[in-house]
Amino acid sequence: MEVRSSVFASWILIFQVLGAVLFLRGFFPEHVNSSPFKSNLTDLPAEPLPGGCLNSSYIPQPLFKKVIIMLIDAMRADFVFGASGQLNMPYTTHLMLSPSTLSFVAKARTPTVTAPRLKALTTGNIPVYIDVLMNLNSPAVLDDNLIWQANTAGKKIIFYGDCTWLHLFPDQFMEYDGIDGPVSDFREVDNNVTRHLDSTLKRDDWDILILHYLGIDHIGHSFGPHSYFLQTKLSEMDDVLKKIHSALNSKEAGKSFPYLLVLCGDHGMSNTGSHGGSSEGEINTPLLLISPVFKRKAPMKKPDEIDQVDLSPTLALSLGLPISQSSVGCVIPGVFEGASLRDQLRYLQLNGHQLSCLLKEKFPDYRKDTKLEEYHLAEKAHGRWMKLYLERNTSEALAYIGKKVMKQYLEALSTMSSALRIQLNKDDLYSMIFGLVLVLQPLLALILAMPEALSGSVAVDLVTSALFSLPFYLLCLLLASTHVLVCTSADVSCYFCSVSWSFVFGIIAFISASTCFLLSLMTRKLPLGAKLNGTSLLKQISSRKWSKLDILLLAGTASHILSLGSVSFIEEEHQIWYFLLTTLYFIVFQDVCAKYFRKENGPIEEDEYELLYKEHPKEEIYAEKWLALATPVFLLVCCRLLRSLNQTGVQWAHLPDLATWLNSAEHKVVLSLLSTFCLVLIYFLVQRWCSLVSKVALALGLLSIYCYRAAVGSLFPWQHCCLNKSKGILEARFVYVLVFSILFMGTKNMIQSQINIANAKSKNRGLWEIYSGLVLLFSLLFRAHNLLVLCCCLLIQTLMAQFIWKKLHYDAVQITIIHYWLGQAFYYFQGNSNSISTIDISIWSIGFDTYAEVPAIILTALNTYAGPLLWACHLVCFLSSKKNSFLLHSSSVAVGHGCYFWALLRSMTAAAYIVVATGMRHHPWTWSVFYPKLLYEAMHLLIITGASLIFNAVE
Amino acid sequence: MWDHEIRAMVSTHAIIAASIVVATVVPAALVPDFSIYGTHLVWLYSVSGAVVAVSVAIFWLLGISPPTRKHSLGYKLSRLFRSCLYFFLSCLFFHTVVVLYGAPLIDSALETFSLAVLLSSLTTVRCLCVLGPNVQAWIRVFSRHGAMSVWDTCLQIMVALTVLGAWMGAFPIPLDWEKPWQVWPISCSLGAMLGYLSGLVVAPMWIHYNRKQLTYKCK
Repeated sequence: MEVRSSVFASWILIFQVLGAVLFLRGFFPEHVNSSPFKSNLTDLPAEPLPGGCLNSSYIPQPLFKKVIIMLIDAMRADFVFGASGQLNMPYTTHLMLSPSTLSFVAKARTPTVTAPRLKALTTGNIPVYIDVLMNLNSPAVLDDNLIWQANTAGKKIIFYGDCTWLHLFPDQFMEYDGIDGPVSDFREVDNNVTRHLDSTLKRDDWDILILHYLGIDHIGHSFGPHSYFLQTKLSEMDDVLKKIHSALNSKEAGKSFPYLLVLCGDHGMSNTGSHGGSSEGEINTPLLLISPVFKRKAPMKKPDEIDQVDLSPTLALSLGLPISQSSVGCVIPGVFEGASLRDQLRYLQLNGHQLSCLLKEKFPDYRKDTKLEEYHLAEKAHGRWMKLYLERNTSEALAYIGKKVMKQYLEALSTMSSALRIQLNKDDLYSMIFGLVLVLQPLLALILAMPEALSGSVAVDLVTSALFSLPFYLLCLLLASTHVLVCTSADVSCYFCSVSWSFVFGIIAFISASTCFLLSLMTRKLPLGAKLNGTSLLKQISSRKWSKLDILLLAGTASHILSLGSVSFIEEEHQIWYFLLTTLYFIVFQDVCAKYFRKENGPIEEDEYELLYKEHPKEEIYAEKWLALATPVFLLVCCRLLRSLNQTGVQWAHLPDLATWLNSAEHKVVLSLLSTFCLVLIYFLVQRWCSLVSKVALALGLLSIYCYRAAVGSLFPWQHCCLNKSKGILEARFVYVLVFSILFMGTKNMIQSQINIANAKSKNRGLWEIYSGLVLLFSLLFRAHNLLVLCCCLLIQTLMAQFIWKKLHYDAVQITIIHYWLGQAFYYFQGNSNSISTIDISIWSIGFDTYAEVPAIILTALNTYAGPLLWACHLVCFLSSKKNSFLLHSSSVAVGHGCYFWALLRSMTAAAYIVVATGMRHHPWTWSVFYPKLLYEAMHLLIITGASLIFNAVE
Repeated sequence: MWDHEIRAMVSTHAIIAASIVVATVVPAALVPDFSIYGTHLVWLYSVSGAVVAVSVAIFWLLGISPPTRKHSLGYKLSRLFRSCLYFFLSCLFFHTVVVLYGAPLIDSALETFSLAVLLSSLTTVRCLCVLGPNVQAWIRVFSRHGAMSVWDTCLQIMVALTVLGAWMGAFPIPLDWEKPWQVWPISCSLGAMLGYLSGLVVAPMWIHYNRKQLTYKCK
């Protein structure tokens, strides 16, 4: 059965995506719900007392009657403790100096996104990585948590703010107002929280008040951490804090009323205003505990560093609640300094008991463990101290011994808690192996079928007879029996065993079929190879004339794949692409020079030159020559400019870049002018291939994109207050309509060309129209300063097509690899990186006023992979245009080659990466580097598969 | 066939290599706290100076540079002036190339320019010595099949290896090993130096083993 190579490639990609998904399920440890039991006051351990009896289950009085938690989303530690804190938050700074305030830097864990962080704050344990995907769709927390405990103890909780809380803790709040606004809005979301404050603070019927402010997070996503809005927002937060604090203080004046005011952040903000990764700015959050109970003696110094999970046990104990069962945090010692020594020791004992229970549960062979030993020793010492205490021994010695016991407890606590914090990655090797096979086999098929697919016929012969052969059935049987054996064996819990049997059997059948196919391919190739001998293959390779470009393309691709093995090269992957791209341009420059300066070289070329002279007037040739010579230079400058537009990566991400400069408030005019210029240029670069109707649609679309940006507030006619209530939703929707209409026209043209085959020109035009629809969509989704990236992308495409690819007679494979490289480079030019934090999740609010999951995911994915998608689309359009008579083969053959090679490059990278990740799954950096990169690779594979499917369907 | 010339080349290269070693060792005695990493720029300029001086002297003595038609002092002076100009222009050119490759534009401009000076003195000076300040000849030598003598082939190999060495030297920069040689521009200049040194060895050998295949057009 003959299959066209582009169809073959997209089938291969589908199976690879399946394999990648299976692998990911195996790779990411699934969250094991530790146990459905929740801590209870009655299970608390007795106070250690040798032979004692009285009041052994003594629980200290709650330290605080009322707790107010003011959680500010994306609050970075240096917003409070740094220079900007002193400037914008004067009241908070003043509070920090008073002895009734304890200030800390609370370290958040990756992934630094809201839902996992809220879980960490309330349950006190560390959520698994895959929770990052659940950030947008958060199911209720089933684990034991602070909110549940407080509720069970009859505390009344009021919540105002981000509605993630309501998803996480349904029916737990006495009174609530969940807020969920578009990311572009940062005034309403906070006003909706603050407006409840006055009335609530006057009332007395609540115990815990939780406020979750979203404004700073929204500003960060839209404008970055250096924007003017952020400063005003910080002073607004300062005012809120002042309001709460003074209200509480005035209340307290009347009666004894110990309160606790907590100011914290769930995660920080990177230097680009995003979060999700593990840079300094993202993991450092401020934590201020303010209460008249505190009497800090030591003068204010640099805030101590604690872990974010420490807050949960501290709050639980100080409210007289049991610590939630899965908590791995240890109490913050400073909080309890006001309590009596007996109470302090009791608190520490309770915390230690809870941690030791958790340790016993997680490591059943704990008896051999020395970690618990320390705690037991401390408990014994505690018992001795209690005895002394109950004997009314009020000497200095008592206090001294108490202090010593406390120290012992604290050490034991920190040992146990750090042992618990080490994540145990129980990886599911069985699913991983199946996924790996499913990824590697198609890649092997792609490589083996390459000579066939890259020949003139562009078709791959699928040997269907292999399906009915004996080896196929034998393999199926073997794999199925292995599967049954593995899954029925006792203690294995793996994902692949839990999926339905028909699916498993389908995968087994596919694996056996493709093994047979590979075998038949190899047997067909091998005799040929044996006849020609190994040396002849080498000779064939060496006889091919390898130009410098070929060598670079080969070596560059190989070195990129090799670089995936190094953590820092993954972090700084963009550097590799930029470097290779610059080298590529230099080689192209050299090729161009060779073409135009080789007059004196050979007689044949001279003839060609003269022929050219006859055809065109001399000036035209001259102009063309200089334009062609200037092209690579221009492209080099262009890439250098784009490189400094968005700093990405890890090591140098903090350096100031052009984007920061453009987005700062004082350069609004420059940004407006620049984006106007870019939009006009985009119009002129794209409109050439379109029909009249599409041209009009395109112009209108670009115009309304400007209006949208202006309405959102990032461009010049800039509404300072909320004059424009629509927030640009109308404009954005209008653009969506135009995009769809252009895409529709393109598809219509392509279908028309299918009906009457003679009309091949309309097919090409259809392709270009689809391309311009995509460009319009991306110019809506890109941030204002990134319009420059889009504009440069189009400019490079036009120039390369005009002066390089057509003039220098590159073949389809070379053009494909260059496109792939440029696609990768533009992915990074746009500001993306291999860390989760650079994904722009504010995209969903473009044109939508409420969060809709499906469009949000699609738009975010499209925006993130805009670079590779645009270049892939351009490749197809360019190769299929009829004008390219320079190509060796007809355009359909060229398109086939292009698609096949693109698929090969993509699947090669993904497969190589998956192999690397398997090998390094116990590497300490896995969490911050390998996981996100793996997700990115899988997503990229999925996107390219989707694009190739759509392309094949339309064809 | 060209045994005489190859022998001359080997001895030239030996002298140049020795001068590089001397230029590395001597400042250690003169400059306090001298080290290749710590006082990199001192090392860089001393090596560049040594290479320039030795190359100019040797090639002048050997008389390889193309014969000048006129022997007037004015002509010689103008050649000298043009050579200096070309050297400076090539420094600027290399500086631009390095910036295009992603070196910071304003910060550490001195380091970038020093690298450009090193690259120029390793490549351009040799071009100037062998071919003279003659752009046409340069273009001829660096286009395909343009070599017209053993020295031209040698020049091609040396320049290619030096540039390749500097290019490869950029790869370790993003690694987070925090080694002293990862500081800009140490890895690149060391790479260029290593490329140049290997060129000194490789070029005569390559010419020696391929002397059958090498045919040169007459001038």
